[in-house]
Amino acid sequence: MRFLARRLLHAGFLLAAVSVLCFLFTDLAPGSFFDGMKLNPQISPETVAALKAQYGVGKPLPLRYVLWVKSVFTGEWGFSFAYDSPVRELLLPRARNTLLLTGTATALAWLIAVPLGVWMAYRPGRWDDRLGMGATSLLLSVPELALVLALLCFAVRTHAFPVGGMTSANDEQLGLLARCQDLLTHMAIPAITLVLANLPLLVRHVRSSMIEVLDAPFIHAARGHGMAPARVLIGYALPAAANPLISLFGFSLGGLLGGSLLVEAVTGWPGLGPLLLEATMSRDLYIVVGAVMVSTFFMVGGNLIADALLIAFDPRVRTD
Amino acid sequence: MAAETGIRHAPQPALMRVIGLNKTYVQRRPFSRKEFVLGACKDVTLELPRRRVTALVGESGSGKSSLATCLALLQQPDSGEIWFEEDQVSAWTAEQLASLRPKIQMVFQDSAGALNPRFSAAQIIEEPLEIQRRASKPELRLRALALMEEVGLSADCSKRLPLTLSGGQRQRLAIARAIALKPELLILDESLSSLDLVIQSEILRLLVDLQSRHNLTYLLISHDLSLVGEIADFVAVMHAGRIVEHGPREKVFGAPRHGCTRELLAFARSLESDFQAATEVQA
Repeated sequence: MRFLARRLLHAGFLLAAVSVLCFLFTDLAPGSFFDGMKLNPQISPETVAALKAQYGVGKPLPLRYVLWVKSVFTGEWGFSFAYDSPVRELLLPRARNTLLLTGTATALAWLIAVPLGVWMAYRPGRWDDRLGMGATSLLLSVPELALVLALLCFAVRTHAFPVGGMTSANDEQLGLLARCQDLLTHMAIPAITLVLANLPLLVRHVRSSMIEVLDAPFIHAARGHGMAPARVLIGYALPAAANPLISLFGFSLGGLLGGSLLVEAVTGWPGLGPLLLEATMSRDLYIVVGAVMVSTFFMVGGNLIADALLIAFDPRVRTD
Repeated sequence: MAAETGIRHAPQPALMRVIGLNKTYVQRRPFSRKEFVLGACKDVTLELPRRRVTALVGESGSGKSSLATCLALLQQPDSGEIWFEEDQVSAWTAEQLASLRPKIQMVFQDSAGALNPRFSAAQIIEEPLEIQRRASKPELRLRALALMEEVGLSADCSKRLPLTLSGGQRQRLAIARAIALKPELLILDESLSSLDLVIQSEILRLLVDLQSRHNLTYLLISHDLSLVGEIADFVAVMHAGRIVEHGPREKVFGAPRHGCTRELLAFARSLESDFQAATEVQA
């Protein structure tokens, strides 16, 4: 418990440090949201100055930071210049959509990777292991962008899946089951892309961890005691190989919000990706800071969960 | 040990026999499709007399551990016969071997790696009993504690993880686990080599004691000839995958025929004299 409390404290410090750095960097970046307005002849310089004063853009950086922290505690998380709305109201529905996509893709990737990696480790050097290694090498070498474009081409040509967005135009007229089906078909292309992008790394990690453990003397001893091969593999070797995989799982959780920005932008999934891209282009400062902070929160939270799982799962960590 | 029984080298029916055993490993060079075959055991023929200690000695990489894992039925030889009592077990299926496994147990060199790091000491001993259904759930812990006592481990250790035990305690635990199934053959693969001399002699005494109590047959794999001299009845010398010399200990040590045996003996004697000189200087 003391270990977890210490990690929680570290997480708090880390979030605070990231928020300070994020503010500093966005302030150092050239230009601001209002520079674009100045080029518009229909908006007078007085209006721009009034808007700047209204949003507190001219205030010193430390004061702006304190005001932002205050707004985080009041639940606004800053204010979007472009949408004229509190950042939280913009970020939360988008983050929910992103989580729906990345959560599904991550769960699928792990569900495929663990049995596949275990099987490949069980038969190292055989044809199925070589096939798996070849396929994962190929997937590793293909950029995510090429993968998503190829899948989009496939969807457009075959009409197997809808392209773009999260729901159909007539979504509200559909029943619950049909709506779920509609959502799943819309999710197919981005989710398959993310699964294929994450799968090779996970499979290779599971395989290498398992191969290392399967060669350990205590596994030979268990086989020597007459333990059935399936039990050796699943009940004995897999838990022993789990520690690096739990850490990797923590990273997977951490990357839930930040790992799909490109895929979302290309497939038009209404998640954080397109919003962040748009906010960065228009220099909508508080949306960028908000998105970075939510992503950092997930990264820190994912690692914290991985630490807690390690403590619960491995008595050696508790002994340490 | 042999002196205690009073009978040395009396003809004994072999518990295990190996005839013409071959084991190779195929390896591939990095970034190449070229494969090369590594012959770990070449035409090995060996007998393990019942209730006797047979030592298998040889330099590192001579194929001792490969032979041991074949004898422990943990890997299949490429060719050759392995006989256990009256049965040729090398031809047995996995299902048939399951009944034989409890009779052949192995104690590994790396005691830390040989024990499941996630299990407590008692759980480690319970595991083979549970696999072979040798005890009911409530009996398991009692049996484990009794075995721990037999190998000189206190009951306080029962809840400790292997990483919190000393090297000697871990090796005792490994021995307790190995004898839990009441085996007939115990293969000790460099089991004493990572221990200091005091602990080594304690474990050696324990092994002698266990052998007389449980009528065990030992295959002691070691590169330490002074250790082998203390315990072995028979010695087999392995070199480059082959048994180059095999016979009663006095004969092999007294009149070594093969150059490898002579080298090993010379090395052991020089080590011994170095040790004596160091002890005298210290004194």
